[in-house]
Amino acid sequence: MNALLAIPFVVPLLGAALALLLRRHRRVQAGVAVATLAVVVADTALLLAATADGTVLTSQAGDWEAPLGITIVADPLAALLLAVSSVVLLVVQLYAIGQDIGGLSRAMPQVFHPIYLVLTAGVCLSFLAGDLFNLFVGFEIMLTASYALITQAPTRARVRASMIYTVVSLTSSILFLTGIALVYGLTGTVNLADIAVKLGSAPAELRMVLALLFLVVFGIKSAIVPMHFWLPDSYPVAITRISAIFAALLTKVAVYAIIRSQTLLFGRDDISTVLLCVAIATMLVGIFGALVQDDINRLMSFALVSHIGFMIFGLGVNSVAALAGVVIYLVHHIVVQANLFLVNGLIRQYVGHSSLRSMRGLTTVSPVLALYFFLPAMSLAGIPPLSGFVAKVALFQAGVGTGGWLVYTALAAGVVTSLLTLMAIFRVWARGFWGTPMPDMVEARERLKRGSHLGGLKFMAVMTGVMVVFGVAIAVCAGPLSEVAFTAAHGLMNGSAYIEAVLGSDTR
Amino acid sequence: MSAPGFTLVVVAAVLYSSGFYLLLQRSLMRVVFGILVLGHAANVSLMLTDRAITLPPLLTEHEGPLSDPLPQAMALTAIVITFGVTTFLLALAYRVWLGDENDEVPADLEDRRIGRLAEPEDSA
Repeated sequence: MNALLAIPFVVPLLGAALALLLRRHRRVQAGVAVATLAVVVADTALLLAATADGTVLTSQAGDWEAPLGITIVADPLAALLLAVSSVVLLVVQLYAIGQDIGGLSRAMPQVFHPIYLVLTAGVCLSFLAGDLFNLFVGFEIMLTASYALITQAPTRARVRASMIYTVVSLTSSILFLTGIALVYGLTGTVNLADIAVKLGSAPAELRMVLALLFLVVFGIKSAIVPMHFWLPDSYPVAITRISAIFAALLTKVAVYAIIRSQTLLFGRDDISTVLLCVAIATMLVGIFGALVQDDINRLMSFALVSHIGFMIFGLGVNSVAALAGVVIYLVHHIVVQANLFLVNGLIRQYVGHSSLRSMRGLTTVSPVLALYFFLPAMSLAGIPPLSGFVAKVALFQAGVGTGGWLVYTALAAGVVTSLLTLMAIFRVWARGFWGTPMPDMVEARERLKRGSHLGGLKFMAVMTGVMVVFGVAIAVCAGPLSEVAFTAAHGLMNGSAYIEAVLGSDTR
Repeated sequence: MSAPGFTLVVVAAVLYSSGFYLLLQRSLMRVVFGILVLGHAANVSLMLTDRAITLPPLLTEHEGPLSDPLPQAMALTAIVITFGVTTFLLALAYRVWLGDENDEVPADLEDRRIGRLAEPEDSA
């Protein structure tokens, strides 16, 4: 058993148990939580270093032979996403600790930390799972933790929103289970690599049905249109640091599952027409929704839906370059979404709400906050030289390289979406950041500066700054990042390395 | 297909359709029941492979072919997960009821507003 592969989900679970026991000692508990995530960050960095050249690491739990036992697999894609996610998880956690030190949140930290660590374990297990049932278990760990997190600091609105969220997620989980049952009935295995081999001899129609079923299952979880309705109703209602981690990771884990299932399992079947149509609808519906919102968090949630479309577009184009674009886009989007929601959290601290109707002159109230919002927002819209530009250029180049009228239509939709994203951001900027600040906003700032909250608030701002720097660093490191992305994309397009690593070379 | 297999297919079909029907109701209690029924449907479909149900289970002293234990293990895991989450859903539904004295899914006000905007054009 390769310990590197087990640490990302075993250590957070142990950490969660320890944090639960230490709930009366707040500082020790926070220390345990931070230390746990620091271990995960270090471990995933090592994993990334070990797999960056295209190596696929595998580990069989309890030394059971491959298609029988539980397989943990890290290929370059999983390792890259794990590394980025764990850094984002750590930064958001530090932000949350800052908020708790300042006494600025009504969430109970003693409950927050253990659940947050369980969420981390779920995210990591989903990325590393080498069989379909463990993927299901990883998703369930992640989602169950998220059900509990979304009801933190419960209000009537939050309880209602979490009801919708829980029911929708559960429905998709049950469909997932149905999919597992059908795949098992057809192939007699749940091991991803083994399924990939055995589905080859299955009837093409059945494969197509399964491919579409799994697209629906993960489509609900990643909020692609027309299965996106739940997201803008539930994410913005949760407390901001939790919406930040949901927006950054939960949908992206589902996108990862879409990529994994559609390339490794159903790579032989061509559903690119469906994917491209869904991508166009997702981009446009999402961004038109964002344009009419008055609440910053709701606006960002619709923008999130819209930008999932770009990743589905890359998958629909279905070439090595396009998949590499998707990988870069995933990395960029995880960081930028977390960043924007963290800034929204800071805005809420300053203004007390997140409605654009009664917000003006944030630039004067806090120039740093304006900068923190400006950089990731421009990155989201794809303005050079930020990471969003890098990701979009990679995707668009791949699209042009492939050609075909549907791809060109999707490209046009992508360009329109980028421009409309810019427009949505300008609306926020013009209404919230420009102008003379409202008197009560200035008062609120003075109160914050005098109050005992200042230390916590500063810490939150520093952590948001770290996230901004991380986002900029992605653009700076675009060269090495695209190398890893291309290695990952080659691995996805040609599954034999993955299959051989899991099953051994003699079984093919 | 053998008789138990066919029966299970019918049972799964009924469970799925009634589950989704309940899920689309406005009362939250019915939604919770819908999830419960859908969970059963998924477990039944895990049992659908003939190998899983027509042969003796793994635990007997029986010599010869045994039933496939893996779908049973997966169903067991799934039951535990659905059970836990259903309990959570019940608690949530209770909280909603405590807060609002009713457990209906509210109408989407924004949607109604946009609907009203469209009305004059329809009648003209």
